[in-house]
Amino acid sequence: MRKVGFNNKLLPYILIAPQLAVTIVFFYWPASQAVWQSFLIQDAFGTATEFVWLENYETLFKDPSYFNALVVTVVFSTAVAALSLGVALLLAVQADKHIHGAGPYKTLLMWPYAVAPAVAGVLWLFMFQPSLGVLAKQLRGMGVDWNPLLNGTHAMILCIIAATWKQISYNFLFFLAGLQSIPKSLIEAAAIDGAGPTRRFWTVIFPLLSPTAFFLLVVNVVYVFFETFGIIDAVTHGGPAKATETLVFKVFQDGRLGGDLGGSAAQSVILMFMVIALTAIQFKYIERKVHY
Amino acid sequence: MKRLSAFAGATALALTLASLPAAAQTEIHWWHAMTGGNNDVVNKLAADFNASQKDYKVTATFKGSYPDTMNAGIAAFRAGNAPHIMQVFEVGTATMMAAKGAVKPVQVMMKEAGEKFDPNAYLPAIVGYYSTAKGEMLSFPFNSSSAVLWYNRDAFKKAGLDPAKPPKTWPEVFDYAKKLKASGYATCGFSNAWTTWLLIEQFNSWHNQPIGTKANGLDGFDTVLKFNTPLQVKLIQALADLQKDKTYDYSGRTNTGEGRFTSGECPIFLTSSAFYGTVKSNAKFDFAAAPMPYFPDVQGAPQNSIIGGASLWVMGGKKPEEYKGVAKFFTFLSDTDRQVGLHIASGYLPITKAAYEKVKGQGFYKENPDRETPLLELTNKTPTENSRGLRFGNLVQIRDMWAEELEAAFNGSKTAKAAMDAAVERGNAELRKFERTVR
Repeated sequence: MRKVGFNNKLLPYILIAPQLAVTIVFFYWPASQAVWQSFLIQDAFGTATEFVWLENYETLFKDPSYFNALVVTVVFSTAVAALSLGVALLLAVQADKHIHGAGPYKTLLMWPYAVAPAVAGVLWLFMFQPSLGVLAKQLRGMGVDWNPLLNGTHAMILCIIAATWKQISYNFLFFLAGLQSIPKSLIEAAAIDGAGPTRRFWTVIFPLLSPTAFFLLVVNVVYVFFETFGIIDAVTHGGPAKATETLVFKVFQDGRLGGDLGGSAAQSVILMFMVIALTAIQFKYIERKVHY
Repeated sequence: MKRLSAFAGATALALTLASLPAAAQTEIHWWHAMTGGNNDVVNKLAADFNASQKDYKVTATFKGSYPDTMNAGIAAFRAGNAPHIMQVFEVGTATMMAAKGAVKPVQVMMKEAGEKFDPNAYLPAIVGYYSTAKGEMLSFPFNSSSAVLWYNRDAFKKAGLDPAKPPKTWPEVFDYAKKLKASGYATCGFSNAWTTWLLIEQFNSWHNQPIGTKANGLDGFDTVLKFNTPLQVKLIQALADLQKDKTYDYSGRTNTGEGRFTSGECPIFLTSSAFYGTVKSNAKFDFAAAPMPYFPDVQGAPQNSIIGGASLWVMGGKKPEEYKGVAKFFTFLSDTDRQVGLHIASGYLPITKAAYEKVKGQGFYKENPDRETPLLELTNKTPTENSRGLRFGNLVQIRDMWAEELEAAFNGSKTAKAAMDAAVERGNAELRKFERTVR
């Protein structure tokens, strides 16, 4: 076999340069800035700076509310990722069937993705607003004392619904594309062999869909960890009494609203490592079960 | 075609006219956070000032919410590009004054610019909040309000209560709320907005009780919180108990719950006096504003209320002639007739004594007694060191901590005592953190 190669030693570097530049400018540089900032205590205007080594981290780990945020994040992320993937898969499987009006149905399901997180939050907030919301009134009519302003569980449910609703469209789109790329012949062959719809789904369709599902799992985890602060800010502000304060919301709250850049940077560095670790775990253990 | 060329001609003329004085004009940038009708007020002020003279041109720019505007200003300062004037909400006061070199105290600037300035012309209850302990004005009050008790007169009649006699004390409020609840207001006897401002900050000032040492932080950043008193615990425990059957019903940390008053759901509502415009245009019932309630067993209560709102900060490092323009603009804003007009149109409070007296003299408050309620509260007594205002660093985070603890008390997961102790302890940790950054 003849080995194919390029003589120009520089060419490969030139070819990857744009990608490298983007990664450096948009990831490595800001990330290194965050790491540097996390070693400092500074006033909001940057007029007084003190280098404190790991003190911002120490303060964080001594703060019980940081662990509370961690627990809240685990509950919130698991619920949002599981629900948005599950519901999207169900909807995609239904939309993939031969049904009337599939086109508009698919389009409508994709729409919420175009809605900004904060708007999505406000939308659900209105529907579930204890005294004015349409759905809240129904709940109260049914005898549920619906009060997300004081009941932490209610507030959490509200945030989960808003965050899930927004992500379903995205997942739906990918699941649908994945389903459509599965050769019909395979499914038909399984049907001829006597496999019912449920069995066909779990033994043929789902394994073939696993690369899509895996990709979505990674994307969804990143979504709940990083992008949901807008929803939480609009819906509950982290309350009542920290019941919905996730890690990323705490970063936003302390840094953006409170001007505590050092503490906020320390939190985002920790968050960054968490997501890197989570993604690595996903690639190491879950990807093994994925059939490409 | 004719119309088009006429239009083109007019445009060209306008452009020449506009560009002519621009060469000699000093531009002053003003960043603000006013929306809706108040945004129009800001733009009109700038336009009126620009029309009144030709040496300076004030350009007002809307920068989003209060935190957005402040962050935009801070980012611009870090990039060496700060505006001349920045509107900052009252909770940002400590952060602004601690930033040495980033801001220019208003009183110093006025003196350096040679502009006539009499600090005694301003209402002490308002400027005190934005002054040093010695009384030197740091920032220029722009939109100020205070807290009042709004009540639904129609609801009072329905419940057999006299609308001419609103509740004066907290026990009366509890009693009225129970009667109102029994008369059909089942989901909310009374409530409030701006929870920490109302239930901690205003509450303590109104009772002449300290929130923290060092005159609530006005005398120094080494202030220590100490509002976890039996009095504070009494109020919070009472509210937590009434929350159980919704005689009191919590409405959130900010003012998003104010709609519960205008919709008629909550017949008694404690919130800002700036709520007036919204109530007037939305409430389909007869309403009135009464002074905040107090506990009659506290000696000297009621003292005086404090303000909320925002002030204009002058940023540091600008040219002397630019400061001259800013100083002229502040003199323009302080003009009595202008203050009278602003107060009547916007619902915010006048900042000079002369403007207050003039509005009073015109008989405006006779026809609109609700509009004088906040002023009567602010000027009720000479402010003491407990009631001049408060100046705590990181107050944005501290207020959130307080709100979290109040929520924990209201939903029963903590006792009022435990919640207030935690509020003080967590707030103090934050104050110490802030103190380190200002050394």
